[in-house]
Amino acid sequence: MSEMLSLSNDPTLFIAVMLAKILVVFIVVILIVAYATYAERKIIGHMQTRLGPTMTGPLGLLQPIADGLKLFFKEDIIPSQASKLAFILAPMMILVPAFITVAVIPFGDSITVKGYTVPLQISDLNIGVLYILAMSGLGVYGIVLAGWSSNNKYSLLGGVRSAAQMISYELAAGLAIISVFMLSGTLQLSDIVAAQSGSILNWYIFSQPLAFCLFVITSLAEVNRTPFDLPEAETELVSGFCTEYSSMKYALFFMAEYANMVVLSAITATLFLGGPAGPFPGPINLLIKVFAFMFFFIWIRATFPRVRYDQLMYLGWKVFLPLALLNIVITGAVVVF
Amino acid sequence: MSQAVVAKLKGAFAASVLDVKEHRGEVTVTVKKEDIVPICQFLKDEAGYNFLCDLCGVDYLGQQPRFMVVYNLYNIATKERLRVKVPVAEDDACVDTVSTVWATANWHERECWDLMGISFNNHPDLRRILMPADWEGHPLRKDYPLQGPDREPYQGRLS
Amino acid sequence: MAKKETMTINMGPQHPSTHGVLQLVLELDGEIVVDAVPHIGFLHRGVEKLAENRTYHRALPLTDRLDYLAPMSNNLGYVLAVEKLLGITDKIPQRAKVVRVMMAELTRIKSHLVWLATHALDIGAMTVFLYCFREREAIMDMYEKLSGARMTSNYFRIGGLSQDLPEGFEDDVRAFIEAMPGHIETYEGLLTGNKIWQKRTIGVATISAEDAIDIGLSGPALRASGVDWDLRRDNPYSGYEEYDFNVIVRDGCDTFDRYKVRLDEMRESCKIIAQALDKLEPGPILADAPDVCLPPKKDVVNSIEGLIHQFKLITEGCKPEPGEVYQSVEAPKGELGFYIISDGSGNPFRMKIRPPSFVNLQALPQMVRGRLLADVIAAIGTLDIVLGEIDR
Repeated sequence: MSEMLSLSNDPTLFIAVMLAKILVVFIVVILIVAYATYAERKIIGHMQTRLGPTMTGPLGLLQPIADGLKLFFKEDIIPSQASKLAFILAPMMILVPAFITVAVIPFGDSITVKGYTVPLQISDLNIGVLYILAMSGLGVYGIVLAGWSSNNKYSLLGGVRSAAQMISYELAAGLAIISVFMLSGTLQLSDIVAAQSGSILNWYIFSQPLAFCLFVITSLAEVNRTPFDLPEAETELVSGFCTEYSSMKYALFFMAEYANMVVLSAITATLFLGGPAGPFPGPINLLIKVFAFMFFFIWIRATFPRVRYDQLMYLGWKVFLPLALLNIVITGAVVVF
Repeated sequence: MSQAVVAKLKGAFAASVLDVKEHRGEVTVTVKKEDIVPICQFLKDEAGYNFLCDLCGVDYLGQQPRFMVVYNLYNIATKERLRVKVPVAEDDACVDTVSTVWATANWHERECWDLMGISFNNHPDLRRILMPADWEGHPLRKDYPLQGPDREPYQGRLS
Repeated sequence: MAKKETMTINMGPQHPSTHGVLQLVLELDGEIVVDAVPHIGFLHRGVEKLAENRTYHRALPLTDRLDYLAPMSNNLGYVLAVEKLLGITDKIPQRAKVVRVMMAELTRIKSHLVWLATHALDIGAMTVFLYCFREREAIMDMYEKLSGARMTSNYFRIGGLSQDLPEGFEDDVRAFIEAMPGHIETYEGLLTGNKIWQKRTIGVATISAEDAIDIGLSGPALRASGVDWDLRRDNPYSGYEEYDFNVIVRDGCDTFDRYKVRLDEMRESCKIIAQALDKLEPGPILADAPDVCLPPKKDVVNSIEGLIHQFKLITEGCKPEPGEVYQSVEAPKGELGFYIISDGSGNPFRMKIRPPSFVNLQALPQMVRGRLLADVIAAIGTLDIVLGEIDR
């Protein structure tokens, strides 16, 4: 076993490798985000007896680029009554946590570079899961700020809804994955993956089906996807917190939504589906799992209506939270005896 | 059937029924406007006309009295229709509201006020409904020009 | 004690789910609606005033633009009223009556499809929207074949129809009504058993039968409150008494039952159309009443008599004897009434339209008071309003 690459044994190589990893992961996530919009339009299109984009490039494959360019060159409008600083900061505050969460997700086994072992993970924090929860909690501020700073009542309602929704579901999601730590005995994502290695039956989806279901549903709520897309319910709140946004800032909201989808899919895959384990090289396995979840999210959007605000709260506090607690108790009992 | 109702109405409000007409099988009763609310209440309670289909004003410009307020009633149980009309003079263009009898009259009466300029006493919320709140005049009156006030009449397209 | 403050928000006239240019001023306490005040009139065109300045024939196209989602129902109401005023109701040929019923029922399906599409979209179910519009497109194509226009058909005429059915039209209709029940199953599959849909609709925006009658609700909205009243059966017109169909009545008084009533009505409409197709027999399509009916186009362009005939009717119009009639039809949205007064001239002296949406919209405030903001959207959808008809 060769030595682990670190800042002390070869600083230059360490920084180079680190930057390379960050760049690759960032570009891959950006590409997935861009083509997730394309995939969503195509998949939902075909589910709804439409074709989706077809005109830009072969099969409309250049559509995300065309959309991006269009939004980039649009006039950037800031309402005169808006709170300017917060209005500009808000989209970034949503996007940045979404992207930096990717840092702790392991996407493959270690590789060897110049005799040093390099883990395929940007940063292997020993409190990785806590970091994920913290970052997704930060995302709420962006939405609340966006809703508040727009100085628009619909946006405000969207922001308030979002705050309530995220906090309620964060709790249920957090409690749902506690049972995973109880089994693995660690908060470090690489160790959680290691604990699921070996047979496919070691995956936590089989030992923790309830926690898995709870986590998938609550992550739908956390990324504001149908049927929990109340903060931006366009038929009720026009467009919720992003009503007043235009141009690139609006695009940032969308990128954040899809980035959050990618990240939460990756986290679910890591926590419950063995992360990069599978028949192919590690990163490809992870991507397959991520895409499967993304497809599921899109499919749900084509199928379900939207729940109402009070029903959402009821579901979060009176169904998911007790279920998650019950799951912890059962897991605890199983672990102890 | 409608005839029986008219007879009953005549019995109860002999002094108020001014005229009864039948045209194409539809019965129209003209009554005095002072008694419209009791008559409507009577028709609803005693004769079963529980549904007010429509209420509108008609402008007979040049005749006396100038306006008519028309109530189209329907009896959901017997599927009968009855029309009640009330003459309204121009210098006293107001009628008691029947929105206490049928709540649906509320908007109909607002519309009648808005477009015909007949006001309704004791109406809960007599505002303009279709025209802008600051509009002057009542467009459905016969002396209101089709093209609107202060505009040349439409001469057809010149091209 | 602190003063309890409410927030006033303007919903509309530019809002994605007010179905046009309805403005609702909502008084909100958090997300709970304290009061809702509808403001209408943004689309007021003065149809009644315009009609007074046109002949009876030329006022017909105005009615297309009332409920633009169900133009033929409006046409039907108007031509029936004028025919009654003229006293030629008995002279309408059988073929015209059957085609009128058939088209009115197709129009009902068309209107209900748009209602279901937008209602589902408002509640968040996007897929149903596109499925419904796919079927609506088929009806639009039939409209186009029939009258040349997809929306403003203007196909019926006083005394009959403007032209006979085109070649192969009956096969189109038959194919459509054979496929339609399956499509309705698909919509039901996506919505009826869906827990979220049930949660969003059952017990939402309720109105009791007494309140509904008092406020003047009509059509499916009234029948879902348990009032068994359908003008097609109770005051039949255009030969509806010859058809066998059920009047759908449910007594849940809520959004879900209004949804079920309309879906079942579409199925009943398919049955009526099938019967109408069986009744279709060749024959005249215009009443034998030359002082009323416009002459056929081929007479107008080929003979001087026909030209003069057309010219007289267009410029002077048909002249009913003085009198007044109220004729109503069961439009997709409720009772659509036309009250027409004739003074013996070629123009209607007064034409009052009783638009069902106008009256139904009145019930909105009492349906949504004390409920959540999201229920306002459901209530607007379930009332099935069309602003073209409300504002006239």
